[in-house]
Amino acid sequence: MIYFNQVFKIYSADSVALKDINLTIESKEFVSLVGRSGAGKSTLLKILLAEEAPSKGEVFFESVNIHYMPRRKLPFLRRKIGMVFQDFRLLSGKTVFENIAFAMEASGRSTKDIEENIPYVLDLVGLTDKSHRFPHELSGGEGQRVAIARAIINRPDVVVADEPTGNLDPENTREIIRILEKINELGTTIILATHNKGVIDSLGKRVVTLEDGKIIRDDKKGKYTL
Amino acid sequence: MFFTKLKRVIRAGFMSFWRNGWVSLASILVVVITLFTIGSLVFFKGGLDALVAQLKDKVDITVYFKPEAQEQDIMTIKTAVSKLSETKDVAYVDREQALESFKERNKNNALLMQSLDELGENPLGASLNIKAKEISQYESIANFLNSHMNSGASDYIDKINYFENKRVIERLSVLTDSAQRFGVIISLVLAGVAILVTFNTIRLTIYSSREEIEVMRLVGASNKFASGPFIVEGVMYGVVSAIITMIMFFPVTMWLGALTENFLSGMNVYNYYIQNFGQIFVILLIIGVLICSVSSFIAIRRYLRV
Repeated sequence: MIYFNQVFKIYSADSVALKDINLTIESKEFVSLVGRSGAGKSTLLKILLAEEAPSKGEVFFESVNIHYMPRRKLPFLRRKIGMVFQDFRLLSGKTVFENIAFAMEASGRSTKDIEENIPYVLDLVGLTDKSHRFPHELSGGEGQRVAIARAIINRPDVVVADEPTGNLDPENTREIIRILEKINELGTTIILATHNKGVIDSLGKRVVTLEDGKIIRDDKKGKYTL
Repeated sequence: MFFTKLKRVIRAGFMSFWRNGWVSLASILVVVITLFTIGSLVFFKGGLDALVAQLKDKVDITVYFKPEAQEQDIMTIKTAVSKLSETKDVAYVDREQALESFKERNKNNALLMQSLDELGENPLGASLNIKAKEISQYESIANFLNSHMNSGASDYIDKINYFENKRVIERLSVLTDSAQRFGVIISLVLAGVAILVTFNTIRLTIYSSREEIEVMRLVGASNKFASGPFIVEGVMYGVVSAIITMIMFFPVTMWLGALTENFLSGMNVYNYYIQNFGQIFVILLIIGVLICSVSSFIAIRRYLRV
């Protein structure tokens, strides 16, 4: 489903973010990307979202080489990939409901569709009673749950979570991971970048380890080892 | 689909305008100052035009005829002058009218009146009052009349006063020309500065939203869908500012009305405001909306490259 073929990302001669990445991710997989800060996790995800282009190599999403896509087609790719960030990145001027609705509006879903679907995802992430709050009125855990709701509302094929628990306490971390697992059980591929050992060990799923921009380990049922 | 999206963009623009009240207020204040400057320039131009028109109106050429001149000859000259492309207006003052206005002017001068009575007949000649379209054109009209003088008309033309007033007329011509040119330059400079300030203010408001724009792109919004609300907001800044500026001009012109009437003798800035209300409003509205939406558009473009 997602296929990285000999991907390099070179910023300058002494700043090489990714070296010869070959990675295949199947549909409905739950893959954790681990590695120290600067190992290349975020760069890998940015390339997948076409936020950045690889210096060499190609990236396929289903059968499409995403870096040969015309720019105006990018929104269509991004609607198939739900994105969750470490710092949530909610739209501060919009309520919880509107933040989630924005992703649906952007993809042209009908108002009726929006009104029917949002209560369902709010229930899934446990925020039904906070739909009219603004982001600054939410706790960190709640903010991240809104971000997850926004990421899954368009029923994407993949949810990419870049250090989603980096700013959260252990309890909220467990909660977020539990939600991600649930989404995965419902049939969505999950790519989780993290350096939280506890999270990885409790998951018991595929772990891809990056070091200095290279994949050094890829275990089907991995543990966090560096 | 298109209309649904358009509706959503407009609604999002309105909502953002309302919820970011302080940012909107600050931007509107700057735009109001810009529009106020531009509006003042409109009034300034109105005043200057009125002043120049008045000065121009004071300038004319008068052809004085000898008392014995035949009306037929005078009419020939009048028709010939009227046909000149430079001529705006020719007024014929016959001998009786000349006498009337002479008496009216000198009614307090008993000696003059008495001697006029003693004379028994009208010593004054008729005259033609000629106005040109532009001050600079008096020269050619005077030359035309002069050539008539040389070809026999001097029998009944007494004198042409242009040559006496020539220096004054020329100086006035230079003065009005440079006043208008100066007005245009000042207007352009002030308007340019005001537009730059507005552009920068709007750029800053959008700069503060750059991360949001990036997020919108990353959750799958197209460029148009992400930037549309900001353009709508820009348009609203323009509309609201134009309305506020027009309202502000009401007390300002009322207060300045009497003052300007004295200074410009005849041009009352308040009346000008009332009479040209619609036109001034449309000018400010178009300028406001254009500056704000174009600024938004230019400012937002650089954040859409995600």
